[in-house]
Amino acid sequence: MDMKVYPNPLDCDASAPQIQSELDDPVQKALIKAIEGGLPLTARPYALIGERLGICEAEVIGRIQLLFDNDLIKRMGVVVRHGQLGYKANAMVVWDIPDERVGEIGRCFGRFPFVTLCYQRPRCLPQWRYNLFTMIHGRGHDEVRARIETMADHCALQDKQYEVLFSRRCFKQRGARYVSLDGEPGQSE
Amino acid sequence: MRESNEITALDRTLLDGFQRDFPLEPRPFARIAECLGIGEDEVIERLRLLQEAGLVSRVGPVFPPNRIGVSTLAALAVEPERLEEVAALISALPEVNHNYEREHHFNLWFVATAPNRAHLDRVLEEISERTGLEVLDLPMIQDFHIDLGFRLQWT
Repeated sequence: MDMKVYPNPLDCDASAPQIQSELDDPVQKALIKAIEGGLPLTARPYALIGERLGICEAEVIGRIQLLFDNDLIKRMGVVVRHGQLGYKANAMVVWDIPDERVGEIGRCFGRFPFVTLCYQRPRCLPQWRYNLFTMIHGRGHDEVRARIETMADHCALQDKQYEVLFSRRCFKQRGARYVSLDGEPGQSE
Repeated sequence: MRESNEITALDRTLLDGFQRDFPLEPRPFARIAECLGIGEDEVIERLRLLQEAGLVSRVGPVFPPNRIGVSTLAALAVEPERLEEVAALISALPEVNHNYEREHHFNLWFVATAPNRAHLDRVLEEISERTGLEVLDLPMIQDFHIDLGFRLQWT
């Protein structure tokens, strides 16, 4: 069975020394573990987290600020489940873009307000030819399809090689756990 | 809210207006309450109800991919009669945070994250062994999207 690991150019970025040293800090790691599933809904959430970690409230706030400063947090706030909010049609639209245009098209697609994710990913030939992934939300299949046309036209994509993968069922959706994974990989929750 | 199954104007504001810039100060909900002209307790209670109702996943940070740990988008082509069984197996893994059935030959798509690539590889290998299926492993190369949260259009 082919379980080849594809080289990921961003791996170099992920091991940049500053970030590495920060994650070597056990308190910073424990803090990420404490917040990655969400903040406690209580009047003084940072104080409560601090209590659990054995640090003071101000230090919790300072350390979260540090994560922001190092671009280790993208945003913080209310994370909505759009599937529950009438955005029934969640479509992953995958595009086969010539490699030399993927940056230009990716940036163009990423600017549409209804595009919630826009990633370049590796092709995996022969099974998988698509290299640009966009998540498009809409209140119905027709709206999503109209938006796809708008994107392709606006970004001057003549050769529209894409597929629309509408979601059928959501089996699981929660925030990522990056460090709350002590022990062996793959142990059931 | 759950009784009437209705989203109030306050809920909309909470859902739409506070997806980023959550206050980094001792009493963040009091700050939000001040903006809304309501009580701190009320903000906390509404958010708790929205979370219970499944409209809010959490109030907390969103991490960029591949900075703190590593992640990948993976897919399987599962025979329809085995789909639920395989989906349950995948969802049970703590490394998996999203798991969707999609309309395609590759019909099961999931996102897995781990502290490092070796850990992630072991998870994918285990999935492959336990299901007998080939795993399409598509880690992000470049992110073109600036995450401003999800703008809801209320109509």
